[in-house]
Amino acid sequence: MNVFQLIAVYFSYPFVRYAFIAGVLTALCASVLGVTLVLKRYSFIGDGLSHVAFGAMAIAAVLSVTNEMIIVMPLTVLCAVLLLAGGSHAKIKGDAALAMLSVGAMAIGYLLLNCFSTSANISGDVCSTLFGSTSILTLTAGDVALCVIMSALVMLLFLLFYNKIFAITFDEDFSKAIGIQTGLYNLFIAIVTAVIIVLAMNLVGALLTSALMIFPALSAMRVYRAFRQVILCAAVIAVVTSALGILISIMCSTPVGATIVSADVLTFGCFCLAGRVSAKLPPA
Amino acid sequence: MTDPIQNISRHTQTEPQLSASGLTLGYEGHAVAENINFQVNRGDYLCIIGENGSGKSTLIKTLLGLTPPLAGKISFGDGLSARQIGYLPQQTDFQKDFPASCEEIALSGFLAANGLRPFYSKAQKQRVEQLFAELGIPQLIKRCYRDLSGGQQQRVLLARALCAAQKMLLLDEPVSGLDPAAMQEMYHIIADLNREKHMTILMVSHDIEASVKYASHILHMGGGLQFFGSKTDYVKTPLRASFRDRGELSKFVDEAVCSRAERGGTAARRYYK
Repeated sequence: MNVFQLIAVYFSYPFVRYAFIAGVLTALCASVLGVTLVLKRYSFIGDGLSHVAFGAMAIAAVLSVTNEMIIVMPLTVLCAVLLLAGGSHAKIKGDAALAMLSVGAMAIGYLLLNCFSTSANISGDVCSTLFGSTSILTLTAGDVALCVIMSALVMLLFLLFYNKIFAITFDEDFSKAIGIQTGLYNLFIAIVTAVIIVLAMNLVGALLTSALMIFPALSAMRVYRAFRQVILCAAVIAVVTSALGILISIMCSTPVGATIVSADVLTFGCFCLAGRVSAKLPPA
Repeated sequence: MTDPIQNISRHTQTEPQLSASGLTLGYEGHAVAENINFQVNRGDYLCIIGENGSGKSTLIKTLLGLTPPLAGKISFGDGLSARQIGYLPQQTDFQKDFPASCEEIALSGFLAANGLRPFYSKAQKQRVEQLFAELGIPQLIKRCYRDLSGGQQQRVLLARALCAAQKMLLLDEPVSGLDPAAMQEMYHIIADLNREKHMTILMVSHDIEASVKYASHILHMGGGLQFFGSKTDYVKTPLRASFRDRGELSKFVDEAVCSRAERGGTAARRYYK
């Protein structure tokens, strides 16, 4: 049986198809938004927010809520708004506030799980929340539908506001001066970031979500030098690496999240090299 | 080149485009400059000069409507509003390695006019091409912003400001960090916009000599308002001479370079013309 037949066999299972669709879409949204975050010098936002989401997940687990999203989503969105909505003029500069929030949430989350969890396998739970689990393979049709709708919404809004997002990312003061509602767009970016992080947590786990946001953007920036090219390239990288990562992890039984992120790291290396080479070539 | 002093005589008796009366500037109740009064008419070339901390940056933010004044008011006339001032901000550090084509940057000046329409029109793209040609950089339109020299970058940002505004430009230290040749070119471009396109120019500057050379009016700030009036009156005041006598004029001239170096964490380079 060759590789393609093997893939065909795997894809005959609905849970594999679900995982594939949800994974690729989440990675796509994360990468597109990631370009803005990286350029605004907010690369660590994804990391910080995913720690917050971990804390929220712990609270949900302790309260034995059936649908964890009810707690995780609002809490993460709230933190994102507090961190990002101030834009470049926030009072506590991003890094300090972020460091506080992320380690704080992490500690409280683990404490809660240890003291109050009813689960028999606490370290297993913690590990799978942090590094992603088989949960992506246990998605229901409803989960996938939610993921598809959310991704479509994010992509549509991003397309509609693309030029404004560019302007605000490049020069917030100028944008504000010509009357763009920068506060509103910062809020939008904050909320979407949080939503994507919570979605991505199912895929790669809390500790690795930020990789989905920053790696495609950084890779694309090694080679391309216009905003639109960077966005498009990041999107393509995200789709390819996540698809590859999921396939490999299914076939070789490696952890999904770690495999996708490793593919991202490898891609980044390739793009670095390509960037070096193209810089030495005479401009076309 | 015509004598810039002619600009003064061009003023007609129309209402001022911009007037500030009894303005107190500051942040969060803390005043940095008080009782500022001045008027700008169409076609004026006003240089705003003063030491660091004299409230120049706050004045800019207040004029643009980004910071409310603590007291006093700014009023616009001649069909102008705060949103129609073409703003050329100082560059931030992260813009220097921002992946963007010059066209993308210049087009973003049209965003205000576009409202909720998500994309730029063909006419707007043509206007950008035309502006790049007028500013002498037609070859740069598809180039990456971060690959350009400081002077070229400033022209791209100027094109963006011109997309946003037809009547008034507000330039925040437009020659800061440029080499002498690029500096002269920038001054000439601005003077041309003032003379030929009849654009009103408000320029914050550290360069008193150049300000006196090109401007029609001077607003000298420092501990509130020290002087506002025409250039011809300004050169008669002791204000300008006092800087020369105390040897501080050179400090003013190179301050932009020094402050930039300090921001970069390197030792300040002294730079005398």
